[in-house]
Amino acid sequence: MNATVAALTSRSLLGRKRTLVLLLLPAALLGLCTLARVLAGLDPDIEQALNGPLAANLLTAFGIAILMPLLGLIAGTGAIGPEIDEGSIVYLLAKPLNRYSIAITKLVVAIGVVVLFGALPITVAGVVLTGELGTVTLGYGVGALAAGCAYSAVFLALAVVTRNAVVIGLIYALIWESLVGGVVPGAQTLSIQQWSMAVVQELLGDTAQRLSVEAAVGFGTGLALLTLVTVTAAAYAGNRLQTLPLHDNS
Amino acid sequence: MSTVALEQVSRWFGNVVAVNDVTMHIGPGVTGLLGPNGAGKSTLINMMAGFLAPSAGSVTLDGRPLYRDQEIYREVGLVPEREEMYDAVTGWQFVLANAKLHKLPDPAAAARRAIGTVDMAAAQDRDIRTYSKGMKQRIKMATAIVHDPAVLLLDEPFNGMDPRQRLHLMDLLHDLGDQGRTILFSSHILEEVEQIAGRIEVMVSGRHAASGDFRRIRRLMTQRPHQYTIRSSDDRALASAVIAEQSASGVELVTDKLGSSTVHVQATDFSAFVHALPQLASRHGIRLLEVRPADESLESVFSYLVAR
Repeated sequence: MNATVAALTSRSLLGRKRTLVLLLLPAALLGLCTLARVLAGLDPDIEQALNGPLAANLLTAFGIAILMPLLGLIAGTGAIGPEIDEGSIVYLLAKPLNRYSIAITKLVVAIGVVVLFGALPITVAGVVLTGELGTVTLGYGVGALAAGCAYSAVFLALAVVTRNAVVIGLIYALIWESLVGGVVPGAQTLSIQQWSMAVVQELLGDTAQRLSVEAAVGFGTGLALLTLVTVTAAAYAGNRLQTLPLHDNS
Repeated sequence: MSTVALEQVSRWFGNVVAVNDVTMHIGPGVTGLLGPNGAGKSTLINMMAGFLAPSAGSVTLDGRPLYRDQEIYREVGLVPEREEMYDAVTGWQFVLANAKLHKLPDPAAAARRAIGTVDMAAAQDRDIRTYSKGMKQRIKMATAIVHDPAVLLLDEPFNGMDPRQRLHLMDLLHDLGDQGRTILFSSHILEEVEQIAGRIEVMVSGRHAASGDFRRIRRLMTQRPHQYTIRSSDDRALASAVIAEQSASGVELVTDKLGSSTVHVQATDFSAFVHALPQLASRHGIRLLEVRPADESLESVFSYLVAR
């Protein structure tokens, strides 16, 4: 970790228009959940559904499946991609700094952003939907944190490797995880979303079945894969920074 | 006192050879790296800055290979060609951040000194995005000298500067060179280089074309054979008169399809020929209609040096 790298990174990550998008996504989730809560107050049927699988479904579909990958994509690529594109990364690289420490610092900043704009709002959304900081709320909060770490690390590494990281990341998150994963069961085992749902399912315990929360992989597998992917991606990003070919104008 | 040594360095990218068998030693003082665009100057600087491995040969700083060694940046400062910085921060914050990244014992004092050296104290609290090109160049310079490096590499530092800023930077490089630092800057303009560089290394098409002080480079460039295309009232008479001159080594009388002719002259001594031509024309009663030097582009001037 390097405090100066962290300060410069968060400055450029939050200093642009992208902050607006970062705010918009959790605001939409909270708005939706508040609406569901208000409607539940008016209609007993909805209230019953909300006490059943509906709350969990909302948190899965909008929180884990949409909010977290998009935030991970913005924060992960944004923490390093623009600097590489513009060439300003040279100011970090022309210093007696360990490359792994640069990569890990940037990852920590990205994770901080997804916690602030993703995992925390999801926890708040859980409180709004269930009315308590109980098993469901905490399960989804921790699941979102796990997803955020993995997405940030993968997309950060992707941004070090290619300039098309945002496009490739979107294709992965929206097409592979959501579309293909929804149709082809095998694709679900290779999905950060499903690994994170395994964490959620484990934390929900017996409640999981009642709320029909079911991940495509077991808890042990999910946790191991999340850890493996996060650590490997961070190490790979650091390694690539050792020999990053700087863009040559001529 | 530090020396950057390149020994038989080549660098290729796929099929393209960017730098071809270059040997040069950059010692204390100011050295200018001169060459047209695409000559391999940036590739060379990237290798000296440790960002690029030579495909063959070695690039060392006082005997230590530069590539992939982060510790060299304690001794090396780099001013990159590209303008982009972290522009959401002020000049002061950015230079201070660079001082902290170097883990200097007193980063604030170092930043203050560097900003003072480049004369940017008055504008240090403005966001970098509001700076002019010349101001950005000076802040870039401040980040490169904040850790008091023994070696300073500058990639096209004069690009986009107005004459006053140019003079200021020239003075600054001069002073830094006089302090015994090893300064290397690249440029494609001879006049720029000869004003401050004690020594000039010329690159053309990836090859090391010439090296020496500016007088030597100047002489090489002006004493090369010059070619002229001449039209006159009597081309044949002119051709025979020109070949009798000591300063000319070749004459060709070219007639095109329409029957109009021109004389192509190869002059060995540029200034002698320019003096002799009008005299011999008037002696023979020939009227000169057009005298045009052929191929005076920088590239062709440099190419001559390579072919030599």
